[in-house]
Amino acid sequence: MTNPNQKNAADASQTVSGHRGLSFEEAIIFEIDTPGSSAVDLPEPEHDRDRLGGLRRRGGVGLPGLSEPDVVRHYTRLSQKNYSIDSGFYPLGSCTMKHNPRLNEKMARLPGLADIHPFQPASTAQGAYRLMDTLAHWLKELTGLPAIALSPAAGAHGELCGLMCIRAALEASGGARSVVLVPESAHGTNPATAAICGYAVESIPGNGNGRVDLNALKERLGPDVAAVMITNPNTCGLFETEAKEIADAVHTAGAYFYMDGANFNAIVGRVTLAELGVDAMHINLHKTFSTPHGGGGPGAGPTVLSEALAAFAPVPFVVHGPRGLAMAEHAGQGEAQHSFGRMKGFQGQFGVFVRALAYMMSFGKDGLRQVSGDAVLNANYLRVRLSEELTASYDGICMHEALFDDRFLKDTGITTLDFAKAMIDEGFHPPTTYFPLVVHGALLMEPTETESKATLDQFCESVLALARKAKRGDAVDDFKNAPVLTPRRRLDETQAARKPVLRWKPMPMPQAAE
Amino acid sequence: MRYLPLTEADRGAMLSTIGVDSVDALFSELPTGDPSFDLPDHQGELEVERALTAFARENLSCADAPSFLGAGNYRHHTPASLDYLIQRGEFLTAYTPYQPEISQGTLQTIFEFQTQVALMTDMEVANASMYDGATGCAEAAAMACRVTKRNKILVSGGVHPHYRDVTQTQLKHIGLTIECLAPDPIGIEDLIGRIDDDLACVVVQNPGFFGHLVDLSPLAEECHSHGVLLVACVAEPVSLGLVTAPGTMGADIVVGEGQSLAGPSSFGGPGVGLFATREKFIRQMPGRLCGETTDEDGRRGFVLTLSTREQHIRREKATSNICTNSGLIALAFSIHMTLLGEEGFTKLAAINHANAVTLAERIGVLAGVKVVPQNFFNEFAVTLPKPAADVVDELAVKGILAGVPASRFYPQYEELSNVLLVAATEMTTEAYMDALAAGFKKVL
Repeated sequence: MTNPNQKNAADASQTVSGHRGLSFEEAIIFEIDTPGSSAVDLPEPEHDRDRLGGLRRRGGVGLPGLSEPDVVRHYTRLSQKNYSIDSGFYPLGSCTMKHNPRLNEKMARLPGLADIHPFQPASTAQGAYRLMDTLAHWLKELTGLPAIALSPAAGAHGELCGLMCIRAALEASGGARSVVLVPESAHGTNPATAAICGYAVESIPGNGNGRVDLNALKERLGPDVAAVMITNPNTCGLFETEAKEIADAVHTAGAYFYMDGANFNAIVGRVTLAELGVDAMHINLHKTFSTPHGGGGPGAGPTVLSEALAAFAPVPFVVHGPRGLAMAEHAGQGEAQHSFGRMKGFQGQFGVFVRALAYMMSFGKDGLRQVSGDAVLNANYLRVRLSEELTASYDGICMHEALFDDRFLKDTGITTLDFAKAMIDEGFHPPTTYFPLVVHGALLMEPTETESKATLDQFCESVLALARKAKRGDAVDDFKNAPVLTPRRRLDETQAARKPVLRWKPMPMPQAAE
Repeated sequence: MRYLPLTEADRGAMLSTIGVDSVDALFSELPTGDPSFDLPDHQGELEVERALTAFARENLSCADAPSFLGAGNYRHHTPASLDYLIQRGEFLTAYTPYQPEISQGTLQTIFEFQTQVALMTDMEVANASMYDGATGCAEAAAMACRVTKRNKILVSGGVHPHYRDVTQTQLKHIGLTIECLAPDPIGIEDLIGRIDDDLACVVVQNPGFFGHLVDLSPLAEECHSHGVLLVACVAEPVSLGLVTAPGTMGADIVVGEGQSLAGPSSFGGPGVGLFATREKFIRQMPGRLCGETTDEDGRRGFVLTLSTREQHIRREKATSNICTNSGLIALAFSIHMTLLGEEGFTKLAAINHANAVTLAERIGVLAGVKVVPQNFFNEFAVTLPKPAADVVDELAVKGILAGVPASRFYPQYEELSNVLLVAATEMTTEAYMDALAAGFKKVL
């Protein structure tokens, strides 16, 4: 096998193969094509009578042929170039990278749960309906809200669900209004979602201690405001202590309170949303309830709804009927009379539901309270220990994530990015960097509850040592060059964006229009 | 509790480092309601397994019955190595590749996925995935409006009803006009006659929801002469191994549902949305894109790119609000395509079509059963002499999953009540076809 990277690989050129021990160079599948090879042995079709009406594909597709051993080795080698929770500490703030129990994978693969079709008759799928109904019960209990839409596919999709419900409720009572208020520390999905829902977005300032400025919010509220979207705990890792006052003010103004549930892991089992005056909140099952992040999904974003919004929930949803459980699938009919419509094909992220329910049943109500307890304990432990050298952005107790800024790097010539890359060489996944935007050079660390004290101690010692090294001022280049112990060093993102190469081609690819 | 590493001693030591007395003291800013929950306490693996298995036993698994179910979700065989590979922890438990130096595995697989999807659809570029085919369809229609700076969308009656519903729901508040034509079981609707200079795009599906295979070239030509984009949906990507690709026929955006090649039906989710288009439109595309570049040593590597389109940079001006997409299912899709290769993929498609033709011949001769489409891939509508939903229920009692009644999607259209969708794949054995034919004879 030849290695197309070898000729440019200054470092890897120390070996003939380009590999370096257990660190393998791996070509793209199209470059290891053996025409005629296949990893499957399929029988010949029974006959060749066709009813394609002349639409038979002319020419090949252009896919490579590989044997099964080649395929298994290709993906095994590629997997080894990934950092993952299974391999190490992954304190990526706002993403809740916790352990993914394999029991959940096993359950999702039971033939009676994996090998069922979304449109098989209700009489043959009562277990699936009952599982969805049970998951709905758990999520409604844990949030204290009376209704839930299970079908949103991820957090941003859940936000859209909540805002669509709010808009439908407003339209039903007079008018949609025109503005959604979002704090300046919000995730980018909040304003993007509000825009898709047809709203103008206005930013509300913070109050200097990392929380929403209640007075500024009250001043802006008016008959044009449809909703306020607030992440709680917020993206600075702080609980919005005035959440109830915010909710009351929002409701007095005739608007609705959307809570972004991305950080629900910090408070699960300890507070209900009813107590906080929430009208809608999505729950990232792939965060709080441990379904695997999978390199970027699939997730699920079930959205709990207050009494005022329940009638507008999207289809499908499970209903209790005379012949057992049934699925309300048509907006405008029966129990879905006021539903705003359908936002996802089929019956939602069922495979994700199975995993999340297995996780919740494993922990139970006592365990989930311990989950939030340990998550917040771990974050505060990091906050206190790292404050020895790093600069925490806010004083006092944090929730499940600790926010630092780059004041500790002042005058060192080293940036947050450099510091994060140096953490990679120490064997850790960096925290979320440069988010939230409200502090300079943010480092947002979320350890989760599934890390041991020993792991946190090792991480703290490495990060503190790096910070001291940065401040000494004699090793700037080490930071600028980091990482050096990874399958690739820093990649040229400017080149990637200026001359996009988005697929493999046998010939040089023409440049995209700027 | 088995997933929590901290011991009581650890907690005590950590609390004293922090300087608080108890874990509960860390929550002193929360309301003090101390809620109670009507939920059970924690359980061991065995107990959870028993509970979940009880749900599973209440379902009729498609593995245990002759199944002809399709309608956008198809049951195919997947090689054992596929499920093994996607369960490697380095793939399963990583997140979005924000740090490319330690995410080259995920990034390269996305690059390979984008290439495979582009080749299969005969388009120039593809993105890293959408949630599913239905949401991808809505995103494609919205993108066509951005590209053409027009706001009218025409949706064929042959498009999957869920794709139509999601498109109507998702786009209803951004000033667009969406016209969905009536369901078109016979395949007679006139799209070409409806093209005008105000239209942003026409959305079609091929093979259509009722099974029809159509040459999209004349429609594409008419679209382009009016500056209109053609959006083509593919609900069964296995068809692309045998049928002329939408890109070849002139489509400008191709979206699809990748589930059928990625893994089990899983009651319809999670799936993976395929999204491909022409290179000149990439800056209007939604979703993540992986691109090739080089590292500081000049070695080839991959990064997420063109992110100035996305919500985390552009916020309310982004092309979409999508963040988490369907990474692992896209990986499964890609691995399956790699396992199949050119030869396996085209043969798989040929077997599917041959089995569907056999099925059409077997049941088309039964009294009262009429196969509707002249041309199809692996699924087709049939008309029955009585309501299809009743037939399905009667055969379900006999352990046969006979197909999907059109009335499940279109209860308001009486003329569709006798229409049944039946699908055949490589999983459909002679014995299954015998069972369906015998079942039809009994209940019709």
